[in-house]
Amino acid sequence: MDLRLVTLPVIVPLFAAVLLAALRAICNSRAADGIALIAAGSSTVFSGIILSASRHQTIVYWLGNWQPRNGIAIGICFAVDPIGAGLATLCGGLTVAALIFSCKYFDRAGTLFHVLMLVFLAAMSGFCLTGDAFNMFVFFELMSASAFALCAYKTEEREALQGAANFAVTNTIGAFLVLDGIALIYARTGALNLAQIGRTLGASRDALTLIAFALITSGFLIKGAVVPFHLWLSDAHAVAPTPVCVLFSGVMVELGLYAVVRFYWTVFSRALPDSTPALQWLFILFGTATAVVGGVMCFAQHHLKRLLAFSTISHMGILLMGIGMMTPQAMSGVWTYLAGHSLVKAALFMGAGILVHQFRTVDEVALKGRCHSWAAGLIFAGGGLALAGLPPFATFFGTAMLEDAAKRSGYGWAPAVIMLAGILTGGAVLRSGMRIFLGIGRGRPLPSSESHDDSEKRGPVSPVMTIPALALLAIALCIGVPRSFRDGILRYAATLQDSGAYASRVLEGTPTPVQTSTSADIEVATIIRSCSSALIAAALGWFALAGRFRGFRRSLAASPVQAMVNGLRSLHSGVVGDYVVWIVAGVVAVGVALMVQL
Amino acid sequence: MSRRVRIFLFLPLAAAFLILLLAAMEGIPAIGHYRGPYGDVLNAITVKERHTTGVVSAVNFDYRGFDTLGEESILFVSVIGATLLLRQRPDEIKDTNESEQDEGARKVPEPSDAVRLLSLALAAPAVLFGIYVVTHGQLTPGGGFQGGVVLATVPLLVYVAGDLEIFKKVAPAMLGELAESAGVGGYILIGVAGLIWGKSFLENVVPLGPADPKVYSGGTIPLISLATGMAVAGGFVLLLISFLEETLELRLKTKRRGK
Amino acid sequence: MIATHWPYGIAAWLFIVGLYGIVTSRNYVHLIMCIAVLQSSTYVLLVTIGYRSGATSPIYANISPDTPAVDPIVQALMLTDIVVEAVVMALLLALAMQIHQRAGSLDPDKIRFLRW
Repeated sequence: MDLRLVTLPVIVPLFAAVLLAALRAICNSRAADGIALIAAGSSTVFSGIILSASRHQTIVYWLGNWQPRNGIAIGICFAVDPIGAGLATLCGGLTVAALIFSCKYFDRAGTLFHVLMLVFLAAMSGFCLTGDAFNMFVFFELMSASAFALCAYKTEEREALQGAANFAVTNTIGAFLVLDGIALIYARTGALNLAQIGRTLGASRDALTLIAFALITSGFLIKGAVVPFHLWLSDAHAVAPTPVCVLFSGVMVELGLYAVVRFYWTVFSRALPDSTPALQWLFILFGTATAVVGGVMCFAQHHLKRLLAFSTISHMGILLMGIGMMTPQAMSGVWTYLAGHSLVKAALFMGAGILVHQFRTVDEVALKGRCHSWAAGLIFAGGGLALAGLPPFATFFGTAMLEDAAKRSGYGWAPAVIMLAGILTGGAVLRSGMRIFLGIGRGRPLPSSESHDDSEKRGPVSPVMTIPALALLAIALCIGVPRSFRDGILRYAATLQDSGAYASRVLEGTPTPVQTSTSADIEVATIIRSCSSALIAAALGWFALAGRFRGFRRSLAASPVQAMVNGLRSLHSGVVGDYVVWIVAGVVAVGVALMVQL
Repeated sequence: MSRRVRIFLFLPLAAAFLILLLAAMEGIPAIGHYRGPYGDVLNAITVKERHTTGVVSAVNFDYRGFDTLGEESILFVSVIGATLLLRQRPDEIKDTNESEQDEGARKVPEPSDAVRLLSLALAAPAVLFGIYVVTHGQLTPGGGFQGGVVLATVPLLVYVAGDLEIFKKVAPAMLGELAESAGVGGYILIGVAGLIWGKSFLENVVPLGPADPKVYSGGTIPLISLATGMAVAGGFVLLLISFLEETLELRLKTKRRGK
Repeated sequence: MIATHWPYGIAAWLFIVGLYGIVTSRNYVHLIMCIAVLQSSTYVLLVTIGYRSGATSPIYANISPDTPAVDPIVQALMLTDIVVEAVVMALLLALAMQIHQRAGSLDPDKIRFLRW
């Protein structure tokens, strides 16, 4: 592969965005669709080429050709391993799908929408590929700035403004936490290159290193929507336009967790070996809380987009639990699950978008029995079952790998939490699917006030909207099946975690050692368990709707369970000051937990 | 949570956070004892290798030029976002509660002669100074950011002296958009030139100029500085226009009411 | 310790003060200014880190090439940081203006657009 391709996934969409902005006076919306699709498509193809080349060797590319001198990096580098390149490809692919979907979704999308989407894509790709701490911060901010604007895109809706404001304030604080952390490390090491920081930091475990790690991790966990940093997410996802939600839930949130992984293994893993138990405990605790809170809140929603948003939070918890186990086996489960979740969640948001498009509401109760599109029904059914972990969706293989790793590293109870989160989130989606497409359960007339608003086109379900969603589901269905895929992911996960090899590859150009490990076999018991968990999810959905359980549901509503759910719900107040208090609480919790071990 | 509960919860957390931060900062070398090595290496090689004397500009526009490209894009995307948020849609005007807005609007007095004279007298020197700062980035502590912001104050001075109408003539939104797009686009193209010449992205492709740095030495650094200056000036002008247009609406209403 | 590290303490203090302002704010514009205070914490931290006693600024115009100078990197990072946050602030202020138009209020506690 020509090394010059490495920057193109970032440069092409960025340049197309500038071009579109300059030409927006003379460019009609079809031409804008075309240019944006071509740019996003070629960015995806370039990422794919880089991915296939990085499988044998981590690609290191020095921008401006400023090669390191005596192990000191003087420029910025892209250091691309298959995980980073794979995520960049995923970002590109989902952007293409979202852009196709938005062709029919908006009536007057205007060129600015495409400009923002392309810059967003460029930022995400750059974030995945870069090997420099400050450059990562810059792309983090670029990603945030375009995301804030995209979130508030429907300025005529009041909720969009408040959702975007909460999103912007919390994530900006996150960016400063990250920047302060980077500044602290720079004071210690005089380096900004991830590999060089990791090497210079060596085994210096003291307050500075620990707090810097706490700041950076907390900053990225805000983006990663982990309890108690997660409160902005349900607001932002509930109000953003659906094609934007596809990217928010599909990849942006996951990139927060990716950044934590990248920073930990390139920079801190050698400095903090004695803190590893504390850190594992911390990640798994936070992950468990996130999985459970997200799952419960998800099941308690009737607003479809908010429901999907909480399910994303829940799945971020599962991923963080996997990260906490820290073995390559667990991490391979994390990456597989992440890929599956991204595709499925993107498809589900498109499904919700189809309903908004047709009926101008995302209230599950108002939509009872109204939609008769088999394609949209298929999206909800498939998506719900996939979230519950039905084989052979990629989420199933991810769960299976995580369960295997959990047993090996002594967290025998973790699979139960993962299963619970899957059942709750999958059950919630299946419940709304059954209510909307089969007409089971209680209903309510469509709100009439919303029917006059026509900023988004109203009309029949177009294949332009269903095909991208079904295609994403189909990919999620097939991608994990080949054994080679799982073996590959395990090898790449191990490559990412080999921090010594990463440092010498980046700073001296030493070839990366080839990892040779094969993934564990999928046991029949796991398949049976996952199938039953999908069945339980469907049963749970049915239980929440069917008339014959009405009495039992009433008694449940009077019980302390409901009071607890209400308490949880009231924490998601929509007031940004509250959110910031929880963020500070989270940062202090991470910091203190690490310092106590010192 | 009520405000009271929130503050009650926040204060102990803030104290703990402050202690954590101070504990971390104790690990930094004492003030004035920076240890390097990154900055020292660049201080040692920049003049010789890049024929420039301003190391900060060399870092911004060359060694870490990719950061600056990202940062230009943030400027670009934020300006687009702000204009998007501030644009009035036809269906929106009837939405806003007119009487309430009139109550809230402050009366804007006409500028006095002294203000007019001073701002107009400052405008021309500000243009010159802005251009000087942009073009001397590689030699002095100037550069595209600083000069761009100085340039963007010129239309603001004109606005202070007169009216938004004159302001729009001096700095039409179209010009701002063009300058911004051309700045960011030009930055990317300078980078791509490296790729086309078979080198790295953002690698220097033009002659470095005399070893004793002059205004035209430094290769791509002055070019990138210029592109940045354009993008920054254009972006800030666009932001000013978007925000001032909202103010103009209010001012027109006040005037109408005055008659 | 205080004699040698107090400027870093200013950065820490600014961070906390900014957070306090955000948490207790009754007005979005005030809240955004508090974010600016938070951000100045990062400026102070970055610039003080690179300071070196008795060294000049990293401009080699009329001095010999081996004169000790302060760290140019942190200054460049700060410059980037300033521009980034100036424009993000503009985006936030635009949001605040829109919120004021819709709600007639800027108090984050009183604005309850989000319903579920």
